[in-house]
Amino acid sequence: MNKGRFGGPFHMRTLITIVFALLSSGALSQEGKDIEKLAFGESDEKIEAIAALVASGTPKAAEVLQALADGELYTAGKRVLMVKGDTATDAVTGEKIASVPDEKEDITVNNRLRRELGAALAALKLISPQVEVRRSSVKELLNSAEPAMLPLVRKALAAESDPQIKAMLGQIAAALELRSEDRAARLAAVKKLADSNNASTKTLLLGFLNEEKDEELKSEARKSLSAIEGRLAWGERLGVIFTSVSLGSILLLAALGLAITYGLMGVINMAHGELIMIGAYATYVTQNLFKGSAHFDWYLIAAIPVAFLVSALVGMALERSVIRWLYGRPLETLLSTWGISLILIQAVRTIFGAQNVQVENPAFMSGGVEILTGIVLPWSRIVIIGFALFVLLGIWLLLNKTRLGLFVRGVTQNRDMASCVGVPTARVDTWAFGLGSGIAGLAGCALSQIGNVGPDLGQSYIVDSFMVVVLGGVGQLAGTVYAALGLGFANKLLEAWQGAVLAKIAVLIFIIIFIQKRPQGMFALKGRAVES
Amino acid sequence: MTSARLYGPKGWALLGAFAAFVFVVMPIFNLYVPQESSFHMSTYWVTLLGKILCYAIVAVAMDLVWGYAGILSLGHGLFFALGGYAFGMYLMRQIGSDGQYRQPMPDFMVFLDWKEFPWHWWNSDSFWWCAMLAVVVPGLLAYVFGYFAFRSRVKGVYFSIITQALTFAAMLAFFRNAMGFGGNNGFTDFRRILDIPIATPQMRMILCATSALLLIGVLLLGRWLVTSKFGRVLAAIRDAEARVMFCGYDTMYYKLFVWTLSAVICGIAGALYVPQVGIINPSEMSPANSIEIAIWVAVGGRGSLAGAALGAGLVNGAKSFFTQNYPEYWLFFLGAIFIAITLFLPQGVLGLVNRFRKS
Repeated sequence: MNKGRFGGPFHMRTLITIVFALLSSGALSQEGKDIEKLAFGESDEKIEAIAALVASGTPKAAEVLQALADGELYTAGKRVLMVKGDTATDAVTGEKIASVPDEKEDITVNNRLRRELGAALAALKLISPQVEVRRSSVKELLNSAEPAMLPLVRKALAAESDPQIKAMLGQIAAALELRSEDRAARLAAVKKLADSNNASTKTLLLGFLNEEKDEELKSEARKSLSAIEGRLAWGERLGVIFTSVSLGSILLLAALGLAITYGLMGVINMAHGELIMIGAYATYVTQNLFKGSAHFDWYLIAAIPVAFLVSALVGMALERSVIRWLYGRPLETLLSTWGISLILIQAVRTIFGAQNVQVENPAFMSGGVEILTGIVLPWSRIVIIGFALFVLLGIWLLLNKTRLGLFVRGVTQNRDMASCVGVPTARVDTWAFGLGSGIAGLAGCALSQIGNVGPDLGQSYIVDSFMVVVLGGVGQLAGTVYAALGLGFANKLLEAWQGAVLAKIAVLIFIIIFIQKRPQGMFALKGRAVES
Repeated sequence: MTSARLYGPKGWALLGAFAAFVFVVMPIFNLYVPQESSFHMSTYWVTLLGKILCYAIVAVAMDLVWGYAGILSLGHGLFFALGGYAFGMYLMRQIGSDGQYRQPMPDFMVFLDWKEFPWHWWNSDSFWWCAMLAVVVPGLLAYVFGYFAFRSRVKGVYFSIITQALTFAAMLAFFRNAMGFGGNNGFTDFRRILDIPIATPQMRMILCATSALLLIGVLLLGRWLVTSKFGRVLAAIRDAEARVMFCGYDTMYYKLFVWTLSAVICGIAGALYVPQVGIINPSEMSPANSIEIAIWVAVGGRGSLAGAALGAGLVNGAKSFFTQNYPEYWLFFLGAIFIAITLFLPQGVLGLVNRFRKS
């Protein structure tokens, strides 16, 4: 090291620092003081400092607070340093320091402080140039804004161009102004809050009602409150309707295959649930094949035909080997297919283990659409509703517009006559059974996206899907659709009222009673036979 | 004359041999032959046999409705479990203050912080009251359910499916703690019956012998019923209900009677079953259990009461064997029986025996 004539670099640097500090303490006085208070003050002083820094809203304040949150802010002697890797900057002066001093001390951040800090950082992001950053920050602040942030919020509000963010900012500002000293400001705030979709605004207004003395303000607040409550109730209703449709679509998927095998062919297939389970496992295997590839998200598209084919093949094998010998003996069919289901469950347990397996959602199915604050419609559910419609359309086309469908309908209506005019009934049975089984596989593919995939998956759907088919009536696709949606709604509405288990019991009992009244289901085919 | 109608000489001989085995041979080898002796019969076997005898009673009850009236119930496990729960209430009260919490209330009620017994536990410390409940509750439920179902002429597969829905709904209900039946743990940890400790070899033997007595009684009653004129009408209903109706019979009451009787028998079997296995919980009501009852009957031979009892013994014997030695193959085996019996042996094992005898 080259020591010069002026007594070495150390003295020189100290001198410069002192001069600089003297100069800057004048120019940056308020912000510098706040930063020092943040570093050296007591807990309360630190919080004051955070509030002051947020209110100033300068880029530097943001930088310092971020450093504190990241644990990069230190004290060394009288100085406050921001240390990033090997470089240190004086937080007050902004001066670069060549080497990081060894004797630096952490600034302790307790939980209370951390909370304040989090809100403060979110508030500072309000003035970020990127829309997405601002949007996420606004959402964070909806429930955690502090009165000290009001100036900043106002500033952001004035600068904001995006209408959606601007509306939310207005809500935040109004919520903060509720505590204002100025009566006019409070009145404006109460009126403004009537537009809120946020459940926490309700609590805020209730608290306001308790504290406010002014009667006119109080009545305004009540008006706003009822407006919010009305809107929230609508949101809740929408949520229930959505979950009902979603449950209905799941029931529909699970029952559609059964509607073909039982409804059209009269085969009681107790192994139907296991065919669903096989579809789910086929999805799992497909997913594993795609693992590590860049196109992982596409596995679900590939899994759809795979699940269909695997289940359809298993179903056709069952039909050829067991079920065809039992046509016309429904009770025996019931027992033997139950036996098949036991074997399939144990086989899957032996191959894949008794534990549930993990099926990951593709990226495009995670997350959801937020219709109101707090009410999110998950993409996976939306996709399944769409998928159920797609499958339904496919079956309808197949049954009504193709030769196979014509044969299936013919055999359903009059097996002997169909056989006489040359329909190969045995082969049609196999194909129809394969079709029903394949649809069960599709249901399994869909269910793997929203629930656990394990050997017992099918057991939990078998009772439900039979209920749908029985309720809907035999031989009718439309009946199945109505029954699935109806059960979905009945279940969810009762669930909101009495809890899930009682809802389920009530629905089962309703079905038992319903069958007494209409033994052939809602949409029975008209016929003259005394006995079926 | 009556006896000749019930069973032939061979039948009576077999029944007598069975009675002699359970009432004479077993007590001697279990209670009077010392444990060190290689002829000693362990209490494990007594309990296992007692359990299987209860299943056999259920199978006979099931055969009455399925084999003779053509009604396949997938909910007989419910009646069995209801009988078990009714008698289980008494057994819970007999624990007294010996439970884990040392309180006069059953442990699960202490755990839920209940201060008083729910209304349906009224008088549950009386043996006769609970024994009566074990008969009346399944009977009443079956009567009401059957009345509406048969009146609307729900039959065949539809009937099977709604009985399944019924037992499934009941299972969900009994899983709830609020029902006052111990939630998913059910009743367990029994100590005494009529103030006599349950876990002694003597008590086990008595319970097993009672089950055997009941089985013999049910077999005779069932046999008497199905060989009577009533039984012939039942069989006619099974084969062609519409024709029987056109002949002027009101088939509903025939079906309702045999259905309710069957449920009552199941309830009594359940009441005997619970003290022997020492536990009753809602999984007894699972639809899978009820379907298994059907396969006992199918294995033994539908349309033969003794066959049904035999089938229950065979399937449950196999179950004990497999679950102890090859637990992972039990479901394969059970599934294979389901398929093989329906495909190749519609008359069950007895049908096979008869076929050999003829040829």
